[in-house]
Amino acid sequence: MSAAAEPLAAPARPQPLSRRLADGAAASWKAVLLAVPYLWLLVFFLAPFLIVLKISFAFAEIARPPYTLLWAWTDDGALSVRLYFQNFARLVDDTLYLYGYLNALKIAALSTLLCLIVGYPIAYGIARSPPTTRNILLLLIILPFWTSFLLRIYAWMGILNKQGLINNVLIFVGVIDEPIEMMNTDFAVYLGIVYSYLPFMVLPLYVTLEKMDASLWEAAMDLGSRRWRVFVDVTLPLSVPGILAGGLLVFIPATGEYVIPALLGNPASPMIGRVLFDEFYLNRDWPVASAVAVVLLVLLVVPILMFQHYQMRQAEAGR
Amino acid sequence: MTAAPPPGFPNYADKPWLDPKARPFVEVDRVVKKFGNFLAVNEVSLKIYRQELFCLLGGSGCGKTTLLRMLAGFETPTSGRILIDGHDVTATPPYDRPVNMMFQSYALFPHMSVAQNVGYGLKHEAMTRDERADRVREMLALVKLEGFAGRKPHQLSGGQRQRVALARSLAKNPKLLLLDEPLGALDKKLREQTQFELMNIQAKVGVTFVVVTHDQEEAMALSTRIAVMDRGSVMQIGTPTDVYEFPNCRFTADFVGSINLFDGVVTSLEGGVVTVAVEGLERAIVVDQPVSVTVGTPVAVAVRPEKVVIGRDPPADPGHNAAEGQVLDLGYFGDRSLYRVRLPSGRIVLVSHQNVRRGRDEDRKVDWDDRVWLSWSPAAALVLVE
Repeated sequence: MSAAAEPLAAPARPQPLSRRLADGAAASWKAVLLAVPYLWLLVFFLAPFLIVLKISFAFAEIARPPYTLLWAWTDDGALSVRLYFQNFARLVDDTLYLYGYLNALKIAALSTLLCLIVGYPIAYGIARSPPTTRNILLLLIILPFWTSFLLRIYAWMGILNKQGLINNVLIFVGVIDEPIEMMNTDFAVYLGIVYSYLPFMVLPLYVTLEKMDASLWEAAMDLGSRRWRVFVDVTLPLSVPGILAGGLLVFIPATGEYVIPALLGNPASPMIGRVLFDEFYLNRDWPVASAVAVVLLVLLVVPILMFQHYQMRQAEAGR
Repeated sequence: MTAAPPPGFPNYADKPWLDPKARPFVEVDRVVKKFGNFLAVNEVSLKIYRQELFCLLGGSGCGKTTLLRMLAGFETPTSGRILIDGHDVTATPPYDRPVNMMFQSYALFPHMSVAQNVGYGLKHEAMTRDERADRVREMLALVKLEGFAGRKPHQLSGGQRQRVALARSLAKNPKLLLLDEPLGALDKKLREQTQFELMNIQAKVGVTFVVVTHDQEEAMALSTRIAVMDRGSVMQIGTPTDVYEFPNCRFTADFVGSINLFDGVVTSLEGGVVTVAVEGLERAIVVDQPVSVTVGTPVAVAVRPEKVVIGRDPPADPGHNAAEGQVLDLGYFGDRSLYRVRLPSGRIVLVSHQNVRRGRDEDRKVDWDDRVWLSWSPAAALVLVE
C-alpha cells in the first residue's frame, strides 16, 4: 500500500491551554525543588571548601587574614600566583599528622564496628517487636537527641571520673579498692563515640530489617535452617545496604570527631580533628590546618564513592 | 501398579478415603487455634491420604492459611494433634518436619541465583557437592527451567518465579508439600496452563499435596478432594463432584459455584420424591432425592443455574418443575450466557445457557424483557436440610 492511499492522519488535537500551563508550572516547580538542595550544597559546602582549598596553598603570616594572598598584581602589571605546597609536604614530614590520621581512622573504624555489634541486635529487636512497642522503642533511640550533645559528653565525664559514678559504685560494692583510670583514655573515646553515634547505626539498620519479608525467614526455616543459619544465610546478606549506610553515617563523622576525644580522650594520642583544631586556634597556622582538612576530606570521599558504586550496582540489579 | 481387586470387592486405589482400612498419611485431629480471643481454627479434623492433592477452600479469614501454617510448623495448635506418616509432629519445629511449603509470595531469596535457591534446602542433607548439583539440575528440568540456573529471581517473570519456588520446595523430596495460593499471582491464561502442569508434576513426583486456595475453580480442577472451610470450621469434605453436585449445606452450595436457593417447607414424601412448597412460587418444587426429613420441615431447594432450562414455552414434560418470569439481565460470556430472570414474586433466578450454536445477537431466542419459562427436572435440584 502506498503512503498516499492512506487517509491523512488527523491533526493532533492541541491540549487545552489550562492543561499546558499546569504542565509547565509543574515542570518549573520540579526544577525549583531540585535546585534547592543543589544551591544549598553550592553555598554551604562547595564555596567554603574552595576557600579552604585556597588557604591550603597559602603561607602563614602574622596579618589579617593570617595567610598570604594566592595571587597579586606585580608592579610591572603581571599577575603573579604563588602556590605553597609545603603545607602538604609538612603533613608527610611531621609524623604528628600521619599519626593523627591513622589514629582517627583506627578509632573511627573500630567504633563503627562496635556500633554495628551493639546496634544490630537493637535494630533487629525493634524491627521484630509488635508495631505499638516499635514506635516507643524508636522514640527511645532518638530521645538522647533531645539534650545537647555537649551536655551528654560532659555527663560521661562525671560518670567516668576517678570520683565518678562507676568508680564509686565499684568501690562501694568492693570489686576494686583503687579507682580505675578511665578518663583521658582511648576507652573513654570509644565509649563516647559508640554512645553518641549509635542511633545513626540503628536507624538505617532498622529500616532495612523492618521491610524485610518475613516469609523469607520462614522459607529458610522451612528448608531446614535453624534460627542462626537463617540469620547468616538470609537476614545478614539482605541487611548489607543498612549496614553500609549505618557504617558510613558513623564512620565519616567519627573520623573528624573533635569534641569527644578533646573532652574524654588522651591528649598524648590525638585524633586528626584535635590536630586540626590546634593548628587553627593554637598555632594560628591556617594554611596547614586547611591542608589537613583538605586531605581529610579526600580520605573520606573514598568510602562514600565506594558506597555510591555499590548502590548503583544494586539499582541496576533491580532492587 | 496394584493388582486389581478380585471381583465383588470395591477398588479403592483411586479413592483411599472410601477404604475403611486405609491408613491416613496426614491426620489433623481436633485442631483448635486461637489468636487471643479470635478463634481462627475450630476443632478441625482431616484425614489426608498418600498422593492426594487435597485442597483447603474458603474465603479470606476462614482459617485455611492458619491450618496450612500449622501443618508447616509456623504455628502451634492451641489444642489437638497433627500426625504425618504416623508421627506426632504437633510440636516439631518447621526445620525438623518432612514437610516443605511453597509460599504465596514465593519467598525466593533475592540475593541467591535460581540454582542456589533450589539447592538451599539441600545444604542440610548429607550429600556431596556433585549430588547436590545433580539434584538441582533434576529439579530445574522438572519445572522446565534448565537454562535459568544462573539468573537472579528479579530477572525472571512471575510464572518462572512460581516454578523456581515449586522446584525449591520439591528439592528436598518432602513427604508432604504445602502450597499457599500457588496460582494466585499468575494471570488467567498462565493460571490455567500452570494448573495442569502442577497436576502433572504431582503425578510424576508422587508427593502428597495440600493446597490452600480461595478460587473454587482452581480447587475443582486440581484436587482429589476439597475441604470447604468457613469461619474456622470445615463445612464439607468431598471430591469436586461431591462438593459441587451434592453440597451438604447452604454455605458450600453458595460458595462453590453459583446457585439458586429456594426456602420452603416439605409438603410430601413419596418414594424418594420430595415436594417442597415455596412461598411466592405457584407450583411446589419436586425433587427426586431420598432424604430423611419429615413433612413440615423447613428446607432449602438448591438448583444450579446451568441445570435450569430457559425457553419461550412451558416445558413439554409435565413432571418438570416450571416457573414463569421475565428476563431482567443478560450477560454474554461467549461460551455461555447468564440470564437473571425475575419471577412474579420478585425473586431472581440465575440461569446459565450454553451457547451450543453459533449465532448473531438478533438470532437469540430469549432477550431482554422477554417473558420466559424456566424449567428443571426433579433430578437436577437438591434439598438442603439445615
